[in-house]
Amino acid sequence: MKTGDTSIRVRDLTKRFGTFTAVDRICFDVKEGEIFGFLGANGAGKTTAMRILCGLSKPTSGEGTVAGCDIADAEQIKRRIGYMSQKFSLYENLKVWENIRLFAGIYGISAKETARRTDEMLERIGFAHGKNALVKSLPLGWKQKLAFSTAIFHHPKIVFLDEPTGGVDPVTRRQFWELICEASERGVTVFVTTHYMDEAEYCHRVSIMVDGRIEALDTPQNLRAKYQANSMDEVFRQLAGKAKRMENCKK
Amino acid sequence: MVVAEHINKWYRTTQVLNDVCFETAKGEIFGLIGPDGAGKTTLFRVLTTLIKADSGRATIGGLDAETDYREIRTRIGYMPGRFSLYPDLTVRENLEFFATIFGATVRENYTLIEGIYRSLAPFENRPAGKLSGGMKQKLALSCVLIHKPSVLFLDEPATGVDPVSRKELWSMLRQLKEQGITIIVSTPYMDEALLCDRIALMQHGKLLSAATPAQVIAAYPRKLYAAEAPNNYRLLNELRANPQVASAYAFGDCVHVAFIAQSDTSIPNLREIPPGIEDCFIELTTGKGAWNDHRKNDGK
Amino acid sequence: MKNNSPFSVHRNSPFIALAGKEFRHIFRDVRTILLLLVMPAAQIILFGFAVTTEIKETPIAVFDPSKNVSTARLIKRIDASEYFRVEQMLHHPDEITGVFGEGKIRLALVFGDGFGGSPALDGRASLQIVADATDPNQAGTLTQYLSAVIGDEYRSQLPAADAPPSIVPVVKMLYNPEMKSVYNFVPGVMGLIFLLICAMMTSISIVRERETGTMEVLLASPVKPSLIIAAKAVPYLALSAVNYCTVLLLSVLVLGVPVAGSLALLTVASSLYIVVSLLLGLFISTVVRTQKAAMIASGMGLMIPVMLLSGLIFPVANMPVALQWLSSVVPARWYIRAMRGIMIEGLPLTAVRLEIAVLCAMGVVLLVVSLKKFKVRLE
Repeated sequence: MKTGDTSIRVRDLTKRFGTFTAVDRICFDVKEGEIFGFLGANGAGKTTAMRILCGLSKPTSGEGTVAGCDIADAEQIKRRIGYMSQKFSLYENLKVWENIRLFAGIYGISAKETARRTDEMLERIGFAHGKNALVKSLPLGWKQKLAFSTAIFHHPKIVFLDEPTGGVDPVTRRQFWELICEASERGVTVFVTTHYMDEAEYCHRVSIMVDGRIEALDTPQNLRAKYQANSMDEVFRQLAGKAKRMENCKK
Repeated sequence: MVVAEHINKWYRTTQVLNDVCFETAKGEIFGLIGPDGAGKTTLFRVLTTLIKADSGRATIGGLDAETDYREIRTRIGYMPGRFSLYPDLTVRENLEFFATIFGATVRENYTLIEGIYRSLAPFENRPAGKLSGGMKQKLALSCVLIHKPSVLFLDEPATGVDPVSRKELWSMLRQLKEQGITIIVSTPYMDEALLCDRIALMQHGKLLSAATPAQVIAAYPRKLYAAEAPNNYRLLNELRANPQVASAYAFGDCVHVAFIAQSDTSIPNLREIPPGIEDCFIELTTGKGAWNDHRKNDGK
Repeated sequence: MKNNSPFSVHRNSPFIALAGKEFRHIFRDVRTILLLLVMPAAQIILFGFAVTTEIKETPIAVFDPSKNVSTARLIKRIDASEYFRVEQMLHHPDEITGVFGEGKIRLALVFGDGFGGSPALDGRASLQIVADATDPNQAGTLTQYLSAVIGDEYRSQLPAADAPPSIVPVVKMLYNPEMKSVYNFVPGVMGLIFLLICAMMTSISIVRERETGTMEVLLASPVKPSLIIAAKAVPYLALSAVNYCTVLLLSVLVLGVPVAGSLALLTVASSLYIVVSLLLGLFISTVVRTQKAAMIASGMGLMIPVMLLSGLIFPVANMPVALQWLSSVVPARWYIRAMRGIMIEGLPLTAVRLEIAVLCAMGVVLLVVSLKKFKVRLE
């Protein structure tokens, strides 16, 4: 991890839907190359906050910069970030290289450069033999690794991962996290949400959102020490258990 | 209560269940632990009489899943993985509907679900689709319990639910177990394995082992160490390059290492740790056969 | 503790619970209810009034240089007919292009210079109809209608016995003397509506349950699968019955389409078609996996063939042989034919026995295939 510049900087970010405050004046900084875990119970406001940071939604108030761009400047932000969610990974009916070419095309990477990077990337993740495979024929683990590699194909400064590791076996999950660590090594900021509390331990720092606010933000070690817990799971339960927001008041 | 004997199932050319055998006792929480595609759902469908196995035999409470399926269906409760209730029916309507389908009334078995349903009662007239994930889970559990089944099959009931609701779910399962209900539950979460009485690790249609969590952990063949460094990723690569290292993988903020013979004491910050269920699963799925021999020698 | 339970001791039958649940699904979704109850009525009224190809009060212009009793009478007669309205009298033939250009008229009638006396008798009659042929079908129909009106006028002037050898071609319109297009649309719309309600909604609702996992629970319950399916059909049968009544009442009372044949026979034929549609829906649900696929299968696979191949829009007789052959597997084609026969022509059962038999056969085939595919188990 490089201890470089600030990659994401958010001040008093708020998002309201009518009278419902989904995100309530959150402030935090994420450093360049950091793996930042963004945790919270269902309905705590994680997704809303993440959508604002990705330029998909406008905040009601507050300010921030993402990859050096103001959060109001959605177009510039989208150019500089990568995004991967659990639901959308890759086009099932396209081959591996066709998927990569498609995403490279979206970000305006030249054909020659795309070809070079594709080979390099597949080589790195040990999947050169699968270049011509249809995505739908691949096991879930490979799909996720490919989806991640595709999300950072255009060398974004930040990559947002929305619950990226659902339903894969522990070995595959570790390989996936190794990819994430490697990306972070190369200076990519990783902003990740997850329901697996043991995964929170991989993060350099984690924040825990409760009722739209950030209740805790520190390294996993410090959080465990502070809440006298053995694992992040316990820390999370202590904090999320305090939620006052009516569980049932879903939009 | 539930007995599976050499169950095989093929879908076209892929074998989704490979000689699955296990047995559960009455009032036991039996966990099927494994990733997506391991065959957990198919196994559930065979046991709940929804599909037939190609070979092998399954019995529920002594009844054959193939021939006595009608009788079995009155005695089991089944919550499929994507079970999501009827979103446009209210909480109460959902519950009453499922009670009727199983030939029961909510009233006669209310005591069984009272503990679970109490927190839902204030929202009785709310459409199920407007409940939060945790609440939906409670309602779904109430719905599959309302006919007082003796065996409960829960296919990944905790997937997509936040840790707080997951914790609640497991305490509900504990209570049901106390009432003598046998529970077979599948999960991709390794940490939930510890909450089961016995577990079966599953991968590629095969049951890797079926034992208590403590036994599974005790069967781990080597000494396990944790190493820490300011940069775990680099440490990991160094360890993998080390010829003495049998396996090394990232585990939260440290790296878990096992050595082929002797531990390499030159590695800084090395401390021995007890293996967890996840270490066992990794060992079982990636193990180079060493452990299988070991287990045979340890002998039953 | 038991007595504290707020739930009733009443025990429902699973069938009632299943059917009741299905009704709730329908009535709690505004879009579904609009689609199922309001749309059929709206369709009938739309087809009846707005999307009509028939002719009513078409504005025409007349150029009449002779201005005698004979032409005045003819003009008066044309104006009085419900098809045409004399919008403008022209003073010079050159004006014709102008008035057409302004879009005020659809047709112009030009009398010859010497038009007078009794044209039919002296044989000097010269008469020209000018039509706007941008829509050739419409133009053709209009000129035909105008010719018919003129022909009527001539014939009325003559003793019935010695009609002149066809001055004007007289087209006699069988069964639908005024060529009212609603006569064609009512059976067609019925064919479409029942397919929509029964086939599309049933298939979607079954597939939806499979998607949400509730079907798995139902199948793993002691309730027989056939009961689950039958209970699913009940609400759609009921809705179809309601729509059958609405459409029939609307067409008789509002559109003035009479029921010439036996109402009982009409009801039997419709019930048969409804059952076939339900089975089609069941069949679709056994072959598709997602709601979207069910929608596409019933939309593209059923609705479009019904519109294009059933004779609703294009007459089957005018189709290429291959398409005619293809159209014979569309149940709606047979139903619409039977409906036209019974409702408009007033034919008895013997005359539509082929149509009824074909529908019966289709029902049996679908039933067998669906039952085979929809198993007790999941697979």
